[in-house]
Amino acid sequence: MRTVVSVMGKDAVGIISKVSAICNECNVNIKDITQSVLDDIFVMVMLTDISESNCDFATFSDKMKALGKETCLDIRVMHEDIFNSMHRI
Amino acid sequence: MINLTDIIETINMISEENLDIRTVTMGISLLDCADSDAEKACEKIYNKITRLAGNLVKVGEDIEREYGIPIINKRISVTPIAMLVASSGGDPVMYAKALQRAADATGVNFIGGYSALVHKGFSAGDEALIRSIPEALSVTSNICSSVNIGSTKSGINMDAVKLMGQIVRETAEITADRDCIGCAKLVVFCNAVEDNPFMAGAFHGVGEPDCVIHVGVSGPGVVQAALKKCPDGDLGQLAEIIKRTAFKITRMGQLVGTEASRRLGVPFGIVDLSLAPTPAVGDSVAHILEEMGLETCGTHGTTAALAMLNDAVKKGGVMASSSVGGLSGAFIPVSEDAGMIAAAKSGDLELSKLEAMTAVCSVGLDMIAIPGETPAEVISAIIADEAAIGMVNTKTTAVRVIPAIGKSVGEDLEFGGLLGSGPIMKVNLNKSPKKFIDRAGRIPAPLQSLKN
Repeated sequence: MRTVVSVMGKDAVGIISKVSAICNECNVNIKDITQSVLDDIFVMVMLTDISESNCDFATFSDKMKALGKETCLDIRVMHEDIFNSMHRI
Repeated sequence: MINLTDIIETINMISEENLDIRTVTMGISLLDCADSDAEKACEKIYNKITRLAGNLVKVGEDIEREYGIPIINKRISVTPIAMLVASSGGDPVMYAKALQRAADATGVNFIGGYSALVHKGFSAGDEALIRSIPEALSVTSNICSSVNIGSTKSGINMDAVKLMGQIVRETAEITADRDCIGCAKLVVFCNAVEDNPFMAGAFHGVGEPDCVIHVGVSGPGVVQAALKKCPDGDLGQLAEIIKRTAFKITRMGQLVGTEASRRLGVPFGIVDLSLAPTPAVGDSVAHILEEMGLETCGTHGTTAALAMLNDAVKKGGVMASSSVGGLSGAFIPVSEDAGMIAAAKSGDLELSKLEAMTAVCSVGLDMIAIPGETPAEVISAIIADEAAIGMVNTKTTAVRVIPAIGKSVGEDLEFGGLLGSGPIMKVNLNKSPKKFIDRAGRIPAPLQSLKN
């Protein structure tokens, strides 16, 4: 299953590193990363493959949420299909 | 990879603009629960609902978590209980209690289907069920009731209209200590649809499969936010924006519906692409109309704006789903819409204007608090007017009014939650329709019914 990890919030040092560390810890493969800083707002989208993950979706998502809370960032893990269905015919 | 802007747009719709799946509703046929013993029939009903829907809430929550889309309600609709009363007998309230037990066991928000279809006349079980509605809604908390009293094909059953005026009043009186909440769970329909996932009017039609999953999407806030980005466009451009937005919302509903149906092993029914408001700020249909250029909802031009909105929502949604059904359009429940509440309080939105709006919106007079002194025949006459609009225009119309017992115009009724709070609206009590209502009988089907 492929998921989209989205990160939004105030730009700071080490955001990608912290998010990637959780992916590593959960054995989640990062397929693609896009990131940009718009008006000092950091926006990153990471496409990940969780099929080889050592934990279930809920645990991975909860870890990302906890990181978001800790770093004051809005971090969400969502199934890729939601974006495909809304924006592609 | 998916476009960054698209991803941000989706996340904003969910986090800022209240985009959600309003309901995943499982329709369950109870026809095979009939028994010569009413108690056994109730037991079969409980067993069938809990067997099929035992996992409904969990599956809904799992999808919510994985897809990141809030699913507000998980609900069940069942075969109109009047049919079970007809075949199995017994006190209808017993069936309501069995449904309540099933609602408690499955953890769903509501079970709809304490219903009777009497558009051409009463058959066995119908009248007993209708007369039991006040008690049934008073002794249960998660059961919804509806009665279909007319259709384009059959005309309007005025005997039922007369009776329903009394039943609505009795339901308000018996639940007066709880802000007359019983009436918020009771709808009177003309041209009721069989696959509606929204409460209080959901029931599982006899033409439906044994078990099916329907999805109701929402998203007034998303439409309003999209229109806000086009302050100077003409109405044709606004219609295009609404269509595009409705398309995206419906695609999401289709995805959730097919996924829920796969996980539950139940066929997928329809997506109802209704704009369903909530009392939350930024989730109002009235505010969409105001965004289109009306100073306030209820002023002249409101009907035209609503007609365009309703049509554009359907056009946008219809291509996004394999099967669109239910009520599909824009709801205008007064107490559930922050903009409608404000317009009703300021006196800019009146009952007569709401009635006109129901000719072009997806349903009818919805969640309107009326003075407690309103007599039964006036409620019947309101139902008859609304049914006539539905019958002649070949559309669904409905009446869900709440007589606020002991209160009058200027005061409020507080329901809380999604049902919101409603200012009590003025009803014409100076002149009576009593003689017209007392004539009873049937208003014959209009010429529009002769299509064969």
